[in-house]
Amino acid sequence: MITTHALTKRFGRIVAVDAVDLSVREGDRYGFLGPNGSGKTTLVRMLLGLVYATSGEIEVLGRPIPKRVAEVLPDVGALVEGPGAYGHLSGRRNLTLLDAAGPGGGRRTRRKRVGEALERVGLAHVDQRPVKAYSLGMRQRLGLAAALLRRPRLLILDEPTNGLDPQGIKEIRELLIELNQDGTTVFLSSHLLAEVEQLGTRVGVVDRGRLVLEDDLEALRAATGRVLVGTPDPAVAASVLDGQIEARDGDRLVIRHDDPAALNALLVGAGVRVRSIDAERRTLEQVVLAATGPGSDRFGGPE
Amino acid sequence: MIAVELRKLVLRPRMWVSVGLLCLLPAIVAVFLATADFAPPPGQGGAFLSAVVNDGKLYPAAALALVLPLFLPIAVAVVAGDSIAGEASGGTLRYLLVRPVGRTRLLVAKLIAVAVYVTAAIVIVVLTSLVIGVLLFGTGGSEVIPGIPAQGGVVSLSGAPLSSSSLGLRLLGAVGYIVLSMLGFAAITVFLSTLTDSALGAALGGLAVLITSSVLETLDAAAAVKPYLPTHYWLSWIDFFRDPVLWRNIDHGLLLQAGYIVVFFGAAWANFATRDITS
Repeated sequence: MITTHALTKRFGRIVAVDAVDLSVREGDRYGFLGPNGSGKTTLVRMLLGLVYATSGEIEVLGRPIPKRVAEVLPDVGALVEGPGAYGHLSGRRNLTLLDAAGPGGGRRTRRKRVGEALERVGLAHVDQRPVKAYSLGMRQRLGLAAALLRRPRLLILDEPTNGLDPQGIKEIRELLIELNQDGTTVFLSSHLLAEVEQLGTRVGVVDRGRLVLEDDLEALRAATGRVLVGTPDPAVAASVLDGQIEARDGDRLVIRHDDPAALNALLVGAGVRVRSIDAERRTLEQVVLAATGPGSDRFGGPE
Repeated sequence: MIAVELRKLVLRPRMWVSVGLLCLLPAIVAVFLATADFAPPPGQGGAFLSAVVNDGKLYPAAALALVLPLFLPIAVAVVAGDSIAGEASGGTLRYLLVRPVGRTRLLVAKLIAVAVYVTAAIVIVVLTSLVIGVLLFGTGGSEVIPGIPAQGGVVSLSGAPLSSSSLGLRLLGAVGYIVLSMLGFAAITVFLSTLTDSALGAALGGLAVLITSSVLETLDAAAAVKPYLPTHYWLSWIDFFRDPVLWRNIDHGLLLQAGYIVVFFGAAWANFATRDITS
């Protein structure tokens, strides 16, 4: 769905995006993760033909960008750096104007399209109040409705849950997963690890304009070959598993072992009471922190 | 896209306020003139003001002369300056472009919306001032037999009497000429609007151009560039009310404004089509 090759963007002497090779496949829920100021938004803007690349190539839906961007965008829904709407008009009117501005879509079915989009994001019964009276969360929902207006094949969302409360974040996540299951590819950029971890099937990590990591979430979070055991009898367990214990913190043990079930049987057989046992997995946070440096909005201080 | 831009224009309260203000100035002047009951001596005050006291039908021309030097350009600068920069600062530009609306199409639609605004504003000023003029000053030539203009009827600036239909045609010509003059100025401001994300900055930039042009106009040392200043032929629409119509300056003015429209709209297009949208 999205492929970039050695994509680079310079603003003056600053390199915002540096030789990025991105690959988003059809059906992915792609989490594009990076600290603030790492070039996420610039890259998203390049994918949409808003910003022109200094060098490198972009293909979206199999067509080169920005050369054939007009053919691609009708199938793309986008939310870029916060929603935008005319503050003095109602949300419904905003969507109607936006719908009428672009190609395709009949005048007669417009009202229905707008109604459906509003319903999907939970604004079905919003009144006639102007957008300037909306809360941040409502604006964000309106922005999402605008992105969904044309039932896109590809959704490119930049920080879509910004300003939403936990309930709203959950709703939007469920909506995105539902859309994805119906065949929409979702490309979501975020600086929130938890968001990507909960939503993504594939993760790309960008740091200072470089793509430092791109893999399936499952692969990144594969078992590390160690098992975490909680037991009230750590001393007994230590004697049973002599040499296999990597770390010990009170009654919690880290044991080098591939199979938690077999280990559990072994321990219980030896009379060790086991309170908890699970294979150790790296969290996405550990993966990302290992792959990136300090936040790029940080200037000076310890490197 | 053009229809969408026009709808946005109509839905914007600011537009109606600006048109209302444009109509208000001639109305205030008319009230003062009517209550004072004496005309300014010819050659003093705004153009036509000495003549309108005799016939309200000439008041639209006087109203145009009142709003043209400053009020109308300010309104045009605000609308044209808002065209691209306003969308950019409101965050709606990027959503229009990914909708997708082609950049060239958007720019053309914006310029057409400005043109419609200017035309509508001038027409509304003409109509309201016609009503006000006729109400306050009466129609000097109405009691006489049609076809024979009487003393005190509408008189051209050259002194010859004008019939109502001739007056209408001349007014139409003047309105068209002013619209084109404003569009030349609007093209400059739209160009500035593509340079910045601040609508106010673009509008002020447009007004700065206007003021610079007006200052140079009064400077003898700048005689060489005078014929090319955007404001140089602005007042030539008055020539429509001479008898016979004095076409020389009008022709030059039309040509000059067309030149400004082509050059600055071209510059706006060249800049907007190739620029990174980071707003």
